Amino acid sequence: MKYVTEYRDAALVQGVMERIRRLVTRPWVIMEICGGQTHSIVRYGLDQMLPPEIELVHGPGCPVCVTPLELIDKALAIASRPEVIFCSYGDMLRVPGSGRDLFSVKAAGGQVRVVYSPLDAVEIARQNPEKQVVFFAIGFETTAPPNVMSVLAARRLGLKNYSILVSHVRVPPAMEAILSAPANRVQGFLLAGHVCTVMGYWEYLPLAEKYRVPMTVTGFEPLDLAQGLWHTICMLEEGRVAVENAYARSVTLEGNRAAQETIRQVFEECDRTWRGIGVIPMSGWWLRPEFAEFDAEKRFDVEAIRPQESPICIAGQILQGQKKPRDCLAFGKECTPEHPLGATMVSSEGACAAYYRYGR
Amino acid sequence: MSDDPKPVQLPAFESPVCPVPLPHNEQIVLGHGSGGKMTHDLIRQIFLAAFDNPVLRAGDDAASLEIAEGCLAISTDSHVVSPLFFPGGDIGRLAVCGTVNDVAMLGARPLYLTASFILEEGLPLSTLERVVASMKAAAEEAGVQIVAGDTKVVEKGKADGMYITTTGVGLRRPGRLIGGAQARPGDVVVLSGPIGDHGIAVLSARGELGFETDLQSDVAPLNRLIQVMLDAAPDLHVLRDPTRGGLATTLNEIARQSGCGLVIHEAAIPIRPAVLAACEMLGFDPLYVANEGKVVAIVPADEADALLEAMRRTRYGEEATLIGQVTADPPGRVLLRTAIGATRILDMLAGEMLPRIC
Repeated sequence: MKYVTEYRDAALVQGVMERIRRLVTRPWVIMEICGGQTHSIVRYGLDQMLPPEIELVHGPGCPVCVTPLELIDKALAIASRPEVIFCSYGDMLRVPGSGRDLFSVKAAGGQVRVVYSPLDAVEIARQNPEKQVVFFAIGFETTAPPNVMSVLAARRLGLKNYSILVSHVRVPPAMEAILSAPANRVQGFLLAGHVCTVMGYWEYLPLAEKYRVPMTVTGFEPLDLAQGLWHTICMLEEGRVAVENAYARSVTLEGNRAAQETIRQVFEECDRTWRGIGVIPMSGWWLRPEFAEFDAEKRFDVEAIRPQESPICIAGQILQGQKKPRDCLAFGKECTPEHPLGATMVSSEGACAAYYRYGR
Repeated sequence: MSDDPKPVQLPAFESPVCPVPLPHNEQIVLGHGSGGKMTHDLIRQIFLAAFDNPVLRAGDDAASLEIAEGCLAISTDSHVVSPLFFPGGDIGRLAVCGTVNDVAMLGARPLYLTASFILEEGLPLSTLERVVASMKAAAEEAGVQIVAGDTKVVEKGKADGMYITTTGVGLRRPGRLIGGAQARPGDVVVLSGPIGDHGIAVLSARGELGFETDLQSDVAPLNRLIQVMLDAAPDLHVLRDPTRGGLATTLNEIARQSGCGLVIHEAAIPIRPAVLAACEMLGFDPLYVANEGKVVAIVPADEADALLEAMRRTRYGEEATLIGQVTADPPGRVLLRTAIGATRILDMLAGEMLPRIC
């Protein structure tokens, strides 16, 4: 397959790993921001090929994991309504809310549908004018353009029965929260290639400078990840701080300007709660007032829902790179992918699920 | 389905309480499950016409079969699939092959099937006829006879078109012990061909996910291939078809049953580019995607060459290949040597495989 198999070449990956082994002189802690990268690292066993000095910690970049319980409970409340067809990306279905998930809502007769694109949800709204169609608009900068496109499409079609439940978050404020925390251990970052494809990487230059932390824009295939690690470790060993781009086949400094403009047209920045972490100022997006009619929270009057988290789950510390899944007392016991206590055990991009599945 | 006839308007006297047989009914109505004349007509015109054999024709409450002395292998399986027709197969072919293959996986020769139909009111008769014709073709290909059956009709909305349950009976070769527990350290793992075709073909046929492929389901009766394998590898230890849960789940079952470790080489597992591409896009792992015409075999290393050579001469084993070894450690677990040369545990799937967000 073009641009995929080439980046899974065992000899090339092993070559980069060998260069890393020869280069490293002391311990370094590096965080991969994106859950897709965590998944790739454990799926291919890249972490096992690294020299013992390099410790990878897993970042908060799993949209499913950081979506707050409050929004999941709101989703469950909306999806349970008889007049609603609730559309979601697949892996949100198993995320536990307070006591149940979207699967159980579906089993109890709720209309819950998996879609691959929010535009499919718009189409469902067009075909079912007697129903209210709600799309669970979660994710980072990567899913923001299609999510806002669905709102623009619904407005263009004059649909009165389409709305989105927004839980959008942004990477740079989360990185700043991690770097400014007293317990921070992270010395270098692999930046999320998909996020940077949309947003570029100019936003990270001041962050790298302010906290003196090198960063590398990194892709998702084994060779991409090996290259990202190589760049980051080079900078760490040389005492150099910069933002380098090891995913140039997809990412430019300024990113996709048209996509950014579309996002700004529909969304504005807001404070967001990150599941397990808490409120991070100006870390997310919500709908601008002129698009309020598409806001499912307003349409279904669920703004008052305020739930409580499981007291055992340490997903928050895991998402900030302070702890690993194995540090959790519930890991693999009370908490498994079949019965997750926290969202990091649910999504295939979640660190706990990845550790469990790949036997770490 | 687009080619289905429009539901016919029934006369006012046709009701669930008092089914009056209509000579030219074009769809299933509750009366077809009444046990009365409509049921008999349905059996005679559709099932008996297709599956005709002396046992079925006798029309008794049970099939009476004479078999040689030996050991019976029996398996039963219910088949539910949406859509009923998909590229490369349909629920009928699936219902025959699924059970034929399960019986064959014990090293047995499948001989007879029973078939039980749950039909939804309103199902076009032409659909039932197509499915039954497909079952007939699959049964002929496998060399098995359908010797007993049952039909029930449920109200509209209480089923998804039709469900078919088949039970298969076969004869085991005397003296041969084949099963998951028989794997031994030093054995090798053989796979009959590329994985994931069925799962991805059905998924794309559903049309909900917005992608199309020209992939065909691999659904096929494997009993003739299995006979060839048993002849080529006299000391064959394990046969298993990696259906639901995919190859990874099947390998884990064998590891747990035998208490051995399995070491699988990711790069050696054949996967078609279309399956790989669909999995990349959907966030699926092909190792967990269903197959309906593949077999995993575990044999002593010294029988592997003869086995592979014999398999590759058959229609359903052309792309057979060696994918791994059986080891003493780690007991009961499957290790995957990844494409880039690292090693990780390959676990069973927890729950349903869900498409990833991005």
